[in-house]
This record gives sequence, structure tokens and C-alpha cells, in this order.
Amino acid sequence: MSTERYRSERTRLAVAGARARTRVALDRQPVGDVRKGGLFKLLLLLAVGIALAMLVALIADAVIDGRERLGFGLLFEKGSGDPEQAGLQQALLGTIYLIGGVMLTVVPLGVGAAIYLEEYADDTKWWNRLIEVNIQNLAAVPSIVYGILGLAFIVRGPLDLGFVVAAGSLTLALLVLPTVILAGREAIRAVPDSIRQGSLALGATRWQTIRHQVLPASIPGIVTGVILAVSRAIGETAPLLLVGAATFVTFKPSFFEGGYTALPVQIFQWVTRPQDEFRVIAAAGIVVLLIVLLAMNSFAIWLRNRYEQQW
Amino acid sequence: MGEQVTGDERRTDEPTVEGRADSPGPAVAVRPRAESADSRSREPVFKLEEVGVKYGGVPAVREISFDIHRGHITALIGPSGCGKSTLIRCLNRMNDLIPGAVIEGSIIYHGEDLYGDRVDPVQVRKLIGMVFQRPNPFPKSVYDNIAFGPRMLGRKADLDETVETALRRAALWDEVKDRLKDNAFGMSGGQQQRLCIARCLAIEPDVILMDEPCSALDPISTGKIEDLMLELKRDYSIVIVTHNMQQAARVSDMTAFFTVELDQGEKHRTGRVVEYDDTEKIFTNPSDPRTEAYVTGKVG
Repeated sequence: MSTERYRSERTRLAVAGARARTRVALDRQPVGDVRKGGLFKLLLLLAVGIALAMLVALIADAVIDGRERLGFGLLFEKGSGDPEQAGLQQALLGTIYLIGGVMLTVVPLGVGAAIYLEEYADDTKWWNRLIEVNIQNLAAVPSIVYGILGLAFIVRGPLDLGFVVAAGSLTLALLVLPTVILAGREAIRAVPDSIRQGSLALGATRWQTIRHQVLPASIPGIVTGVILAVSRAIGETAPLLLVGAATFVTFKPSFFEGGYTALPVQIFQWVTRPQDEFRVIAAAGIVVLLIVLLAMNSFAIWLRNRYEQQW
Repeated sequence: MGEQVTGDERRTDEPTVEGRADSPGPAVAVRPRAESADSRSREPVFKLEEVGVKYGGVPAVREISFDIHRGHITALIGPSGCGKSTLIRCLNRMNDLIPGAVIEGSIIYHGEDLYGDRVDPVQVRKLIGMVFQRPNPFPKSVYDNIAFGPRMLGRKADLDETVETALRRAALWDEVKDRLKDNAFGMSGGQQQRLCIARCLAIEPDVILMDEPCSALDPISTGKIEDLMLELKRDYSIVIVTHNMQQAARVSDMTAFFTVELDQGEKHRTGRVVEYDDTEKIFTNPSDPRTEAYVTGKVG
């Protein structure tokens, strides 16, 4: 420190005083504040810990209970009244068929609705606002209500499809449609307006702009939303019970005829059986279901991180 | 309104050109106008007649009348909020996209009313291109950015050639010829803006509108874009909105000075044109004291 620079003793003192003040200001915070901060952090950690512990306990319980039956054999064994031989083949196939149907319905409907609401709908018109509020509401309606709706309008009623895979698919599609629309809107809204303007200013029509600029840029977001919605559909049991998936099946499903079952329904059925052996296989089934869901959700997250456009 | 236009009509070309050549360079340097531009100067591309724009009933600009000439660079200058951008967006009907925007008066483009019943705004935008304030490349490759316009118009033959020509005209070819497949987001801001200009050239427009094209760029990139504009005005008519008076003085042939007026008990701010004339006159000998105050930096 070169004190020679200071012209006078007074300046030197003033500088020393200022330094001391700075040092005090930079000094540690009062102990009370530090303690409060630490306590709050601890509470937050506890909240995360409890949530995680419950999940781990659940999975561990299922794995321990079902360990005897866990293995690839379980996936390929057919449904059977004998717990030693029963497997998930029909349930897995049923779920795959169901989800295939859900995707076929929900992707065009959901993306179409999202495009309309984001790109065409005039927010100042009351009916468009009504649609918006309703979609948010529909996303919160309990799934059993969709089951009743499916039973009344799809299985019976106007569509009269009967207790078939197609009816189950349509019901689940209705259930997850609001989620897909909301995710689609989010993804479309994330595309900045400057892109639309740039495209329109080149003499592209509105549809060309949506088809060639907005949709390609929002596809990662839309796909992520669809996967998350579908993984919800996979886990749904209640509406499927109502639209007829509870049937005990030993043959492969088909879209428009015959009974079918699905993973969660099969598990539910096994759990309600009186024999203890079925409880083991139900636990194994739960583990399989969890793995499927985890895989799908991880894929969705990976997809989002990998392809989402940074603006 | 009539005065500005007739004032423009009255002037004789010869002394103006000479006067410009002789002028020892006043406060701001005005480049001598290209000969070709002058010989065409009497041909208006746009005739604006009593143009006004209202957003949801509130007037943003009103009573704007002047002619924009072919082969010229026409600069719109004025303080923020004076409706320059609003007006330039009327010229290719981009204002149609804003709900609640109403355009009054008439804009005659080569003798046709731009807002006539039979005019399709999409067709208008094919002839009148636009470059925006912030570079807005599409999240695609350099090549696809340029090729997008021609593809949409169904001009898919010789696409490679079209892309190369557009990039060459925008003085960008040498910088990007080896990375045509790279994402345009990886380019610098100045390159992105020239890419947007190239994108616009690829659809072979008649007029290019530029809404503050350099406001997000550094001086070097700005210089490149200005050189490019002077190059392009041989073939295109250019209208530029700018906050930068030096820029208007450097590149433009004609300048319209806008100002903000407080209307209806100071509730609304409405933009109007104070003066429209040769750029040199606006910057050296403006007829309105408000113009003089603005260009000399006393207000603004």
C-alpha cells in the first residue's frame, strides 16, 4: 500500500476510515440470520426427503414382494387362473393397443386444437375465452367421470362400439386430450412472433407459416407433452374398469372385437383375488408398470433437453 | 399535405444534382445520388394519400401524404412513438395481422390501391419485402432460410442458384458459402441481418422495407448494411425507418420527418409528417423549425 500517494495526513485518515467502514459492511451477517437461513434450507430438504422416501419405500416394497416373479418370463406368460403360470402378455398387448389408439386420436385432435387456439382464435371473442377456460377445467376433471362418459357415449349410446379396445382408447384419449392441448399451446406459444412475421413478410400464407415454421419449431415441446399425457393414460385404471377392460382374457386383443385388459387393470384384478400368490405377481406387475412409466418420462425429459429450440 | 408533394414536384433535377456535387459537405455528409435514381425519380412507387392508422379506435398516425419514388432510398425519421414503424408496416399490409388495426386513406402502389377489395395481402408481401428491427432468421440452415421464400412461392427450379444469387447480392456469399448447412443461429448479428436481407431478395421483390434494420447491430455491421442498401437501390426501391439521423443522411435520397402530436386533451399521441423533401434539404435547410430542431439535435 503506497501511502506516499496521499497528499496529506487528513486524506490518509479519511481513506483509512472509509476502508474500515467497507470492512464492517462486508463482514459476516448477524448469527440469527444465518441460523434462520440454515433452518429454512433444512425444512426444504426435509420436504424433498419425505417425498423421495415414500417413493423409494413404495418401489422397494413392490420389488421385495414381487421378486420371485420378476423376470422376462413374466412379460410373455399369458393370463391364467393359476398364479404360478399367470403373466402379463395380454395386459401388455392390451396397453400397447390402447396407447396406439390414444396416440392416433389425441395427436391430430390435440395439436389441431392447440394450433387453432394459438394461431387462429381471436382472444377478444367470448366463445374463444370460454373454450380456453373449459380446457383448463377439463384437465382437472376426475378420470372416473371420463369413464362414465365413455360408457354412456362410446361403449353404448351414439357410438355403440361395445366393450372393445377402440372404446377404451377413445375414452383415454378424451381424458388426456386437455393435457395434450395445453402442452401443445405452450410449445406453439414459445415460438417467437418474429418468426411468424418473418415468414409472412416473405409472402407465405398463414398455413404455410404454421406448417413450415411454427410446427417444426414446436414439435419437441409437443412430443414431450404427448409422451407425458400418454404415460398418464397408461397408469389410468378407473375409466378402463368402466368401459370394460376388466374382463379376464387369455387371447390377444384386437381393436374392434372381443375383450381386452391393460396393465393397471390386470394388477388391480390380481390384487383383488383371494389367493396370496396373486399378490406376489401383482407386485411384480407394479414394478413392470413403474419401469414403463419411468422409461417414458425419462425419454420425454431427454427429448426436451436435446431438441428444444433456444430462442 | 399538398405542399410537400408539390414542393417536391416543382424542383428541377439539374440544379439539385449539381448543387449536391458542389456542396463541400455540410454538417452531415450526403452522398451524391446515383444518376439512374434521378432519372426515375418522378415515378412514384407508393402514393400515400391522407393515410391514418388507428389501433382499437386510437389514432397512431394520421393525415400522412407523400410519394415514395422508385429507385430511391426513402428514410422515415422522427422521435420514438411517432408512428414510423406503424406507417412502414402499412406498405406491405403487415398491420393487417394486428387485431383492431384500421387503416384510413389510401396507399396507391403503382396505380393500384393496396387496400382495394381484390388485393390479397399475401400477394402484396411477395412484391414488397420487409426486414425487421431484430434479425429474425428461421431456426434452420442458412440455405433453408434463403430457400424458404422461393419454395413457398413454388419456385423450386434452380434453387441452388437462387440461393447463391441472393447471398451474393447481400454480400454474404463469401462468408457463408462453406457453411450453408449450418444453423443460421450460429451467425453473428450482422450476418443474421444480411441473411434476412438475402432471404428477402430471394423472392425478387419490387420494394424492400426496412424497419430500423441496424438498431441491434454494431457500427461495422451497420456500415456493411448501409453499403448494401446503396448497392441495392439500383434495382429496388427501399424505405427505411431509422432512429439514427446520420444513417438517414448517409444513405437516403428522400427523408420524411415525423413528429408526435398530443390529441384530444393530451390523451393520445399521434404521429404526423412535418416535412418530406430531399434528404439534403431536410438536413441542411429544412423549412419547418421543428425539423431543424430535431436534425440539429436540439430536441429528440
